[in-house]
Amino acid sequence: MSVLEIRDLHVTVGEGDDAKEILRGVDLTVRSGETHAIMGPNGSGKSTLAYSIAGHPKYTITGGTVTLDGEDVLAMTVDERARAGLFLAMQYPVEVPGVSVSNFLRTAATAIKGEAPKLRTWVKDVKTEMAGLEMDPAFAERNVNEGFSGGEKKRHEILQMRLLKPRIAILDETDSGLDVDALRIVSEGVNKTREEGDVGVLLITHYTRILRYIQPDFVHVFVNGRIAEEGGAELAEKLENDGYAAYVKGSTEVASA
Amino acid sequence: MSASPENTSTTELTTDTAALASELFAPGVGAQAGPPTTPAEGTGVAPGAHSHGGPAPTGSPAERFTSTDPDAFGVPTGREETWRFTPMKRMRTLLDGAPSDAHLTWTTDLPEGVELTSVEAGDPLLKALPEPADRLAALARQRSGGAAVVRVKSEAQLDRPVTLGLAGTGSDDIVWGQLVIEVGAFARATIVLDHTGLARYAGGVAIIVGDSAQVTLVSVQDWAPGTVHGGQYDAVVGRDATFKQVVVTLGGDLVRLVSNVQYAGPGGTAELFGVYFADETQHQEHRLWVDHAVPNCRSNVLYKGALQGEEARTVWIGDVRIRPAATGTETYELNRNLVLTDGARADSVPNLEIETGEIVGAGHASATGRFDDEQLFYLCSRGIDAETARRLVVRGFFADVVQLIGIDGLQDRLMAAIEARLGALPGLEEQSVEQPA
Ligand SMILES: Nc1ncnc2c1ncn2[C@@H]1O[C@H](COP(=O)(O)OP(=O)(O)O)[C@@H](O)[C@H]1O
Ligand SMILES: [Mg+2]
Repeated sequence: MSVLEIRDLHVTVGEGDDAKEILRGVDLTVRSGETHAIMGPNGSGKSTLAYSIAGHPKYTITGGTVTLDGEDVLAMTVDERARAGLFLAMQYPVEVPGVSVSNFLRTAATAIKGEAPKLRTWVKDVKTEMAGLEMDPAFAERNVNEGFSGGEKKRHEILQMRLLKPRIAILDETDSGLDVDALRIVSEGVNKTREEGDVGVLLITHYTRILRYIQPDFVHVFVNGRIAEEGGAELAEKLENDGYAAYVKGSTEVASA
Repeated sequence: MSASPENTSTTELTTDTAALASELFAPGVGAQAGPPTTPAEGTGVAPGAHSHGGPAPTGSPAERFTSTDPDAFGVPTGREETWRFTPMKRMRTLLDGAPSDAHLTWTTDLPEGVELTSVEAGDPLLKALPEPADRLAALARQRSGGAAVVRVKSEAQLDRPVTLGLAGTGSDDIVWGQLVIEVGAFARATIVLDHTGLARYAGGVAIIVGDSAQVTLVSVQDWAPGTVHGGQYDAVVGRDATFKQVVVTLGGDLVRLVSNVQYAGPGGTAELFGVYFADETQHQEHRLWVDHAVPNCRSNVLYKGALQGEEARTVWIGDVRIRPAATGTETYELNRNLVLTDGARADSVPNLEIETGEIVGAGHASATGRFDDEQLFYLCSRGIDAETARRLVVRGFFADVVQLIGIDGLQDRLMAAIEARLGALPGLEEQSVEQPA
C-alpha cells in the first residue's frame, strides 16, 4: 500500500527574471489501487506536474511538498525517486544513441531491483511483455527510442512500466499520437498492471478517448497550473461533451477525440 | 564558386540544428568546448549546423595543391590553412624529414586470395597514385622509397579480414611508410591496419577499389603515449564500388590523418566513419576531402569524438566538393563532439562546396557540447544512477560508430579500451553480452 501526496505544489521554469510560475498550488493524493485521470488543455501544466514529481532539472520547486509513503520525494535525486517506486511514462521519450533497448532495460531493472535479474527469467519476461505489447523482438537490438515511430515510443514506455513494476505510475499523454489499435494494446498493458498489483496510476491526458479503455476512479480537471474541478468518471463525460470552455474563458479546445 | 540554397533547388540541405541538438546536446552548453579558431557559424561552440554558400568557412582553395615533391609545399609555419590547427612543435621532427630506414614491426594475417609484395621507387604503380596533398605526405611518399603492396584478387570473397599489425618499436628514428592496397573488381574485402606501440611515423595509404568491389578499410590508432603519427589515406573508388573507411584514434600524443576520396567512375559509394577519444594533452586531427567529380556517387561521413582532461584537443575538417560534372550526387556529413571536462577543446569545420544544382541531396552538420541533460534524465528516471547513466551515454556515443566496423573481436577490444579510459563501468560487461531477443 503506497500513497503519493502532493500538497500546495508551486513550480517555476526559467531562471531569474525569466522565471515563470507554471504550477500554482497543486493538491493531489494517489493511493495504490487507484486510477486518477488528469485532464486539461494544452499548456495548462500537466507535463510540468509529471516532470516535477520525477525530478527533471528544468523545473524549480518554489513551494509545497511531495511525499511517497511519508518520504520526501523532492529531496531525492531522479534515480532515487525511481528506485522508491515512481515511474513516469514520458510524453516525449528521449533518444539515446548507441544504447540498445535490451541493455537499457536490464540496466534499469538491475538498478530498481538492486541486483541483476536472473538471466533466464529476465529474457523470458522481456519476451513475454514485448509480445503482449505486440512489439517485434528485433526491437530489443535497436537503440533506445532512436528512429522509433510515435507508437513504438509509447509501447516502449509501457514495456518499461511492465518490467520495472512501479508503485506509482504517471503516464503523460501516453495516448496521444496512437492509432486505435495501438491505443487498445497500450491500454491493455496498463490495465494488466492495475489488475496484477497494487499500483497507483496517474493518467495525464488531453482527450477522453483513452478513458474508454482505462476506467478512472477519479477525474481532475487541470487548468492554468492547478486543479479546477474534481469528480468521478462522470466528469470525463462532461468534458467530452462541453470541452474546456467552462474552465478557460473563450477556449474552443475540445476534449473528445 | 559555391552554390547557395536558392539556386540549388534540387538540393536537400540538412541543417537541422534543433533535431541534432535535442538528440545529443543540451542547448547553450557547447561554449565550454572553447571558441573555434575561425568564427565559422556554430563550429566548436553551440550545437549548430552550417549554412551553405557564401565564402567557404575553411577558406579551402578551389583546387587543392598536390605534388610528389616535398619542397613544392615549402616548409609549413603553422599559419597555412592545412596546418593551422596542428601543434607544429610536436610535428616538427616529422616535417624536418630526416631520411631513415626504420620500420614498424609487421604482423600479418593474409587470407586466401590476398598477396603482399613490394615495389621499388619509380614503379608505375606509384606514379598512378593520387598525389600527396601536403609536405608531410610528400615526404612519406618520397622517403619510403617504394611501397608495400597488398593485392586482393578480382572476385575474391575473403573468409576473414586482412590484418596488418603495425607496431612501433620505440625508436626515435622516423618511420616513413607507403602502403598500396589494390582490390580487384567484384572482390569483397576488409583490411585492418592496427597501429600499436611507440613510433614517429609518417605513412601514406592508397587504396584502389576496383569496379563493383566492396571494401572496408579499418585504421586503428591504438598507439602508446608519445607517438606522433601523420598519415594520408587516398581512396580511389571504382565504378559501382563501395568503400567504407573506419578510423579509430585512441592513442598517441599527436595523430593527424588526412583521408581523401575520389571516384574513378559513376555509381560509387564512400562511407567515412571515425571515432576519436582525446585525453589530457593529446592532439587528434582528422581531415577529410571527398571530391565528387563524376555523376551518381554517394558519400556519407560520420565522425564522433570525445574529449576529457586538460589540453585534450581534437580537430575535424570535413571538406566535400561537388563539381559541375557530379550530377546525381548524394552526400551527408556529420561530426559530433562530446566534451567531458573543462579545459578540452574541439574544433569542427564542415565545408560543402556545391557546383551543380542537379544533385540528389547534400547536407552537413556539426555539434559540440556537453552531455545532454535530457538523455541523462531519461536514464536516471529509470533508476539508473547518474554516474552509470553518464558512462552508458558515452559508451553508446562510441558504440554507435564502432559497431560499423563489423568485426566482433576488434569491436570488443576497442570498446574495452574506451571503457578503460572512462573508468570501470560497474556491472555493465555482463549485460552487454546477453541479449533478451
Ligand atoms: N522552459 C520553459 N520556459 C518557459 N516556459 C515553459 C518552459 N517549459 C514549459 N513552459 C510553459 O509551461 C506551460 C506548461 O507546459 P506543460 O506542462 O508542458 O503543459 P501541458 O503538458 O499541460 O501541455 C506552457 O505554457 C509552456 O509554454
Ligand atoms: Mg504535456
